[in-house]
Formats: sequence, structure tokens, C-alpha cells
Amino acid sequence: MLLEIFSFSTLTANIDKSLHAWMAPWLAVVTELVIIGIVFLLFYAVLGLFLVYLERKVCAIIQNRIGPNRVGKWGLLQTVADFIKLITKELIPIRNADSFLFNLAPFIVIAASFMAMAAIPFAKGLHAIDLNIGIFYIIAVSSLGVVGILIAGWSSNSKYSLIGAMRSGAQIVSYELSVGLSLLAVVVFAGTMQLSAIVESQANGWWIFKGHIPALIAFIIYLIASTAEINRGPFDLAEAESELTAGFHTEYSGIKFAFFFLAEYINMFIVAAIAATMFFGGWMPFHIGHWDAFNRVMDYIPSVVWFFGKTFFIIYLIMWFKWTFPRLRIDQLLNLEWKYLLPLSLMNIVIIAFVVLMGWYFH
Amino acid sequence: MSEEIIKNIIVREDEDYIVNMGPQHPSTHGVLRLEVCLHGEFVNYLIPHIGYIHRGIEKMSESDTYKQIIHLTDRMDYLSAHMNNEAVCLAVENALGIEVPERVKYIRVILDELTRLASHHLWWSAFGMDLGALTTFFYGMRDREKVLAIFEESFGSRLLHSFNIPGGLMHDVHPNFQKHTMEFVRYFRKKLPEYKQLLTDNIIFHNRTKGIGIMPCETAVAFGVTGPSGRGSGFACDVRKVAPYGVYDKIEFKEILHEEGDSFSRYLVRMEEMEESLNILEHVVDQVPEGDYTARMKPIIKLPEGEYFQRVETARGELGVYIVSDGKKYPYRIKFRSPNFSNLFVLNTLAKGGKIADLVAICGSLDLVIPDIDR
Repeated sequence: MLLEIFSFSTLTANIDKSLHAWMAPWLAVVTELVIIGIVFLLFYAVLGLFLVYLERKVCAIIQNRIGPNRVGKWGLLQTVADFIKLITKELIPIRNADSFLFNLAPFIVIAASFMAMAAIPFAKGLHAIDLNIGIFYIIAVSSLGVVGILIAGWSSNSKYSLIGAMRSGAQIVSYELSVGLSLLAVVVFAGTMQLSAIVESQANGWWIFKGHIPALIAFIIYLIASTAEINRGPFDLAEAESELTAGFHTEYSGIKFAFFFLAEYINMFIVAAIAATMFFGGWMPFHIGHWDAFNRVMDYIPSVVWFFGKTFFIIYLIMWFKWTFPRLRIDQLLNLEWKYLLPLSLMNIVIIAFVVLMGWYFH
Repeated sequence: MSEEIIKNIIVREDEDYIVNMGPQHPSTHGVLRLEVCLHGEFVNYLIPHIGYIHRGIEKMSESDTYKQIIHLTDRMDYLSAHMNNEAVCLAVENALGIEVPERVKYIRVILDELTRLASHHLWWSAFGMDLGALTTFFYGMRDREKVLAIFEESFGSRLLHSFNIPGGLMHDVHPNFQKHTMEFVRYFRKKLPEYKQLLTDNIIFHNRTKGIGIMPCETAVAFGVTGPSGRGSGFACDVRKVAPYGVYDKIEFKEILHEEGDSFSRYLVRMEEMEESLNILEHVVDQVPEGDYTARMKPIIKLPEGEYFQRVETARGELGVYIVSDGKKYPYRIKFRSPNFSNLFVLNTLAKGGKIADLVAICGSLDLVIPDIDR
């Protein structure tokens, strides 16, 4: 049944073979790395621009507006125009700022989000690297971003930035725990950390259905905690506009600001992609038990469509939060994590371990 | 008693962590500068610095005729432009002992309440923004637009419509004025529950405002905090009730009072005031009698020698106009008691010991309009 889904690994294997045919092995590997790097760079830029456009359209719909509709068809080129504006803007040097760290910070933030992209399976057989600790790697790498945020806040010699960075540090470090624990729930179910294996394990039903109540709890905790982790509303305390003007990136301008901006959106994509992969079956089509005819129809939809469909559904949820809820206060935010989410997710892990031990889930 | 409350002992030290909020800051709603001393996330004390938009309206008024002063009062609290006009007009009319036609009185009350609604729309929009709920802004603006359309139809301008003149109105209202007002009342009654769904019932909003910036009634009285902010502390200060003007004594309406004195009760007062304004409008709009739109006035208005005082209830509190006349066509001295000035200076007492986020919430719940403070 699964064999019918087109696997991108045949394509990549062919490219690999043809490269090896007329190149030295080391040169072939280098060429492949360069190609993958360029592909990711392009994908990153296009995705960032599209997400910004999407956010503006989504928030416009929520707010009774039309949104960008002048540049290009349906305003599709609006973000491209914005990006051109941003790269041509002056990079304002800040007096008394630590210029080395000040310039380094945006790159750390953007590199962290870039690295996390590598392990995500975008479709069947379409991932840069299939680590056997894939999900662990993504969590580890994506939390590096906070270093960049702290450096940005510290080095820009601004009081608003410093407060924003401190808030962000406290927030990301605490919500990391809940994110990790709620993803651990699926790891316990699937019995592996390898992302491709986790996706394969959902061939006969996504974990959010198979794992019923505990998986649902884990998903809700993940959704809340990951929204907090990427500093988005209602948890956008690090850049709380009405309090700290722009938080940690108050002093940044031009392309350096754009780096923070892009990284924020890509982080949102990564978070949604992980949620889709772990809870909603990644690129796996929607299958119902033994309804073979139905399942076959579902298989005709390409896996890449499934993956992006699920991911953008979760992105839409996250955007919906931001444009509806007021912002929390810093102490309420930390209370929510340490007093409610963390005990709940710890308890959930114990329940899941018990459920898996007794086999009380659908398989 | 009240002196003790007002006394703000601020000890500045060299190693204080001072953050300047403003004059350009998203949450001060204008060019207000707050010198905030922080201890981590906590506010130790704050000192408001005002005067960034001082235009000398009181001094300018000394060389203007009474008809010209009206246009300056628009620029004080631009969101209660009509009430500001009315204050000066009433002061002049009372000084001269002119009885304005009934029609004018009714239309002025309708405009009062429409202006109050428009002002509360804007406050609600901006308050949501302060707390990070960005969508409220567009919902509030959507409904405010309807009010402004009514203004535009009758006066040609939307915000600063110096429509009052001493003795009445500049010209008669548009024939559709009452019909459109009634349409708006019906429309907004349907839309008000949306406000409740979007913000009032939100649990995060409750956490952010309940028990934040508690202002006991004594503090409100001591600082002279009036308007919805004062009534949120149980201070019955509605001028429409205390010293009725126009036809407010003939209209049945509730004075909204809440006892808690926190940001949430100040919020509730305004929300219920919107509803009450709709009730007043519904009650009044059909009763507007036919007649003249202005009393017969001399072309040059000269007040007899003496001192005159008139107060009205603007959207933000009690506006007092104090005129000293020496019998000429210009006032000898004019002084405005603006509500926002008093409302601002209670901020230190309320925000002290709270967090930065609380400061923003309190500042928003006091609903400050900066040009009214500086004048």
C-alpha cells in the first residue's frame, strides 16, 4: 500500500549515482552539500517571505481587513518589496554597543533555525539528513537561538533590549521543558527518535488518534509551549510592543532586523512541522484502518502536499492565537509553565508509559 | 488625609535603573514621557514629564474672541471635542443669561453621547493593543467609523467639528441626523456583545487587569480623578448627575459605579457607559423638538465683568472652564481644569510596586489623552 507513494529517495539516489559516475567521491559529496545548501537557502528565503505574506493575510481576515493587495496579484509580491526595502536600508551603528556581538547575534539566531530545517522530513524520502536522534537534534539545535537573542539584548546597550532579552531567556528556558516532554510522549509511543521511523509508525493512523487522550494532552501542551518558545503572541513578551517597543531587536535595522524577523517565522514553520510530523503523521496520508479504497484515494495525494497542508494548518492555529489573545505578564507566563504545564506533562509521560506498557492504544 | 495620599516621596539615587517610556512610545498614546525606575521587572517609582505638546491654549485664548476660543478647545481632548466646545459655550451662555432653544439642548446631548461612544471605542481599541490583543483595534475602529460618518454628514468634519457656538449651533443638523443616529444605535447594540467575546470574557485579560492598579475611593478623591476612572473606584463624580446641564436632568440614566477600583472595574465602567449612552440616545433621539438652531446673539460677544465657571462631563472626566472677564470681547484669563491632568498624576501611586506590564495596563485603563494634559 505504502509503496504507491512516490519516494523522493529514488530521485536523490539517481542524482547521487550520476554525480559519483563522473566525479571523485569526495568531490561528489562536496557538490551534494553545496546543492543542498543552495536549495535550503532558497527554500528558506521563499518560505520566510511567504509566511510573512500569509500572516498579514490571516491577520487581515481576522481583523476585518483586506490585507496587502497592491503589489502583484493579491499582493503576493508585497513581502518581496518589503524585503528589498529592508536590504537597502542603512545599518545604523549603535554607539557604545559591543559591535562584534551585536553583529554576531542575528547570525546565531538565523543559523539555529537553519540547522533545524535539515532534519525535517518534508515528504517521503525528502530530508537532508535522517539522524537516528532526529527529534532530539531539532530540539537541541532550535534552542540555540536563545543564545543569539540574549547576545542581541546584551550587546545593543539598550535598556529595552536588555529587559526583552532577559524575559526571552527565562521564557525559552522554561518552555523548552514542556516542549521536550510533550514530544517525548510521541517518542514513547513510537519507540524511536528517528523522524522517518516516527512517520512510518503512523501509517495506520496518526499518533493524535492512536494515542487518544494522552496524545491529545501532549499535543495541546506542545502547541502552547512551542508558541511560547518561538516568542509569539500571546507569549510575545520578549518583544512586547506596547511595553518594550520591540524588545531584544529594538536597536537593529535593515537586514540584521530582517534576520531576526525571518528567523521568527522560520521557527514558527519548524515548530509546526514538528507538530505535524510527531502528532499528525508528517507526510503520511490520512488512513482509516481497513478502508482500503479510501486509503488508496488518499495515497494519490502527494506526500509533500500532506506535509505542507498539516504544517500550514498548525501555522494557522498559531497565528490565530496571536491575533486573538491579549499578552500574558511575565510572572503569569512562568506560573503557567512551572505550575501547570510542566507537572501536567510529567504526569502525562507516566500515563503514556503505562498506556504503552499495557498496550492500551490503537495499533 | 488627602494630603498624605497625594504626597509622593520619591528618592532618586544614582544607581537607579531608569527607563524613559516616551515621548515616543507605543503605549503612552501620545507624547508623554514617563521616567520609570525599574528594579528588574518591577516599577520602583515613575515621574511623568509633560509639556511636549504644550501649545499655550489658555494664553492664546486671552487674545481670541469667545467664538474663536471654541476652535482651540477642540484641540485639548480631541476625542471629546464636542464636550470641550460645549463647556465654553455653556459658560458664555450662562454668563450672558441666554436661554438656548430646546432643540439645541437635545442635539447637544445626542452629540455628547455620540462623542462619548466614539471616544470609548477608541479607548477600547487602544486598551486591547496595550495588552497585546491587536485585533481589538480594528473592531473598535470599525464601529467608531459609523459615529464619525454621522458627524461628517452634519458638520463636514469628523474629529474636530467646532460645531457649537455660544448661543447654539453653527447651523442645523442634516435632515438624516436622527435617522442615522438611530441606525447606529441599533447597529451597535448588536456589535457590543462582540467586544465582550473578544476581550471582556478573556481569561488572560482578567489576569492582566483584575486587582491591578487598585485605586481606593479616597485616593481618587484626593487626586481629583474623575470620569470613568474615578467611578471605577466608587467615586460618584458624574457631572451629568451632580450638576446637570443641557437636558440631562430630564433624562433617566444610570451613573455607572464600580467599587473595586482596579483596572478591570475601570474597564467595566466604560463598557457599561457605552451601553448607557446607547440608552440615552435611544431615549433622546425621538424627542428632539423642531425650532431654531441658535438663539439670537449679538455679533460681538462681551461678557460682563466677573468670574464664570462651568463644568461638563467629557469622556474622560470633569472638564471645568473658568473665565475671568473684564468686560471686553476677549477673556481676561481663561483656565481649563482638564480631567486628564489629574488622572495622570495618580499613575505613580497606582503603578508603584507593580510590573512594567501592569504599568501599561494601568496607563491604558486611565485612558489618557496627552494634548489635554499639556493644553
